[in-house]
Amino acid sequence: MLHRLFHKERSQRISRAQGQVRPDPGRCVQCGICSFNCPVEIDVRRHAWQGEPVIHSRCLTCGECVARCPRAALAFERTNLFAEKEA
Amino acid sequence: MTHYVLLGTGVAAITAAEAIRAHDSGGELTLVGDDPFGYYSRPGLAYYLIGELGEEMLYPYRKEDFLKLKMRFYRACATRIFPAEKQVELDNGTRLPYDKLLIATGAQAVPLNIPGSDLKGVYKLDHLADARALLADAKHGRTALVIGGGITALELAEGLAARGVRVHYILRGERYWPAVLDELESGVIESLLAQEGISLYHKCEIAEILEKNGKVNGARLVDGRTLKADLLAYAIGIAPRIELAREPGLTCERGILVNEFMQTSQPDIYAAGDVAQVFDPASGKYLLDSLWNPAREQGRTAGLNMAGPATAYIKPAAFNVTRLAGLTTTIIGAVGSGQDPDLLGIARGDSETWRQVPDVIVAQGGFEVNRLRLMVGEKHILGAVIMGDQKLSRALQNLVTQKIDITSIRAQLLAPHAPIADILAQFWSITQSLNH
Ligand SMILES: Cc1cc2nc3c(=O)[nH]c(=O)nc-3n(C[C@H](O)[C@H](O)[C@H](O)COP(=O)(O)OP(=O)(O)OC[C@H]3O[C@@H](n4cnc5c(N)ncnc54)[C@H](O)[C@@H]3O)c2cc1C
Repeated sequence: MLHRLFHKERSQRISRAQGQVRPDPGRCVQCGICSFNCPVEIDVRRHAWQGEPVIHSRCLTCGECVARCPRAALAFERTNLFAEKEA
Repeated sequence: MTHYVLLGTGVAAITAAEAIRAHDSGGELTLVGDDPFGYYSRPGLAYYLIGELGEEMLYPYRKEDFLKLKMRFYRACATRIFPAEKQVELDNGTRLPYDKLLIATGAQAVPLNIPGSDLKGVYKLDHLADARALLADAKHGRTALVIGGGITALELAEGLAARGVRVHYILRGERYWPAVLDELESGVIESLLAQEGISLYHKCEIAEILEKNGKVNGARLVDGRTLKADLLAYAIGIAPRIELAREPGLTCERGILVNEFMQTSQPDIYAAGDVAQVFDPASGKYLLDSLWNPAREQGRTAGLNMAGPATAYIKPAAFNVTRLAGLTTTIIGAVGSGQDPDLLGIARGDSETWRQVPDVIVAQGGFEVNRLRLMVGEKHILGAVIMGDQKLSRALQNLVTQKIDITSIRAQLLAPHAPIADILAQFWSITQSLNH
């Protein structure tokens, strides 16, 4: 049981580490809900304005901004940076 | 040195300023706006009303962003344009000379025209000041009447309900937003509204707003009934703010007519955003939008043409994602055609493209709160309404905007009871893998 839990935790961590949040500026209306809900206060809205992925040392890839965006303007994008190492 | 003057502090003007500065770092840039709160997210007002967002979060720009654009700013209302002298007059008496002028004055609510409309306690939702005033009154008001259609009326009704106000939502028509939604979709929204405690009145009209001590006290309906209420909020459509352009003779219809380069009938005067009625080469018509992203793209195009290389505006497929009664809803391309008795002209968050439906057959799927409706043309998907689950929303956005040929799945999509979501998902993943 514990092992399973640990395993789940680990695979989640891997999948998160492999992802980044990518905005679709065409959907964003700069309402600020993403920035407001970011637990580490990244200004996600600014990334959306500039059309740039949220590459930020503090980003936990927790998904809060993706889930809260009322316009589905944010999505996880796989980067597969560590695919080989972690596999 | 070129002197650029931009009228308005909405997204169209701000984006134009960014585009101008990217091409001309030395030109003189002046911004004129009459909104005391400057540049903020207008669509965000709905989330502010409902209590999901603090007021301080509505501002996308920080001080340093404004500084970077090296603009001179006048908090004033532009009152007249003199094209022959190339000057703009402000309400504080200043006359600003320009070489290139942008009119990005947006649109505002069509005023109510029933007895009692000027009473205290009657609200619209154009600006942050309106939202603030409404919220302050909602603290005291226990019952509200909401009238109008489209997204804004719903945002008003839901915002008030979320603040504990009892809401009577009065519709002239038989159902909610018939110009864009089909019967089933309107039905879904209406039942969700009822769950939020909002009472709907169909085929109803207010004859007169009743007053007590100069303030709203209720309304008398055309059928003779009366409803008690402490406040009334309306959204019966919007009108582009074209007075400034009309007076000196710029060609206007409902909006200021502009070509693909965002140029008006006067050389060196441009218009962009909600105020502009933009030539659409595909249909040969001039169309109005009231959408954030087209306003942004038009502002950018205007800025480029004012300071940089000639750039044509490419109208994106009309597209909006919004929450209707808590249900995320995406509307893409051409989806409806009817008239809407609750709206005069265009509504906020609306596009005329949604009503330009050529010959199509409708395919639909889904149940209860997940619903997908497609407008299937000869070779392409021309429009879609996606309610609830948004997994297919980006795929459909691409299928419609890029006019991807769907001949191979057309018959499948149109078969009775076809699982259209699955068919589309599979088609999209194959299309994508072929492109990679
Ligand atoms: C409540 C609400 C909800 C919305 N929801 C959505 C949505 O879900 N999705 C979507 O895509 N869009 C939505 N919109 C529409 C979107 O906000 C607009 O399309 C967009 O803001 C248009 O930008 P703009 O720059 O053209 O005009 P605006 O943002 O209206 O800005 C125009 C500015 O010009 C100023 N101005 C006007 N006249 C003068 C003058 N004579 N002198 C000086 N200044 C002047 C005004 O004060 C204003 O600041 C919504 C709008 C509102 C109000």
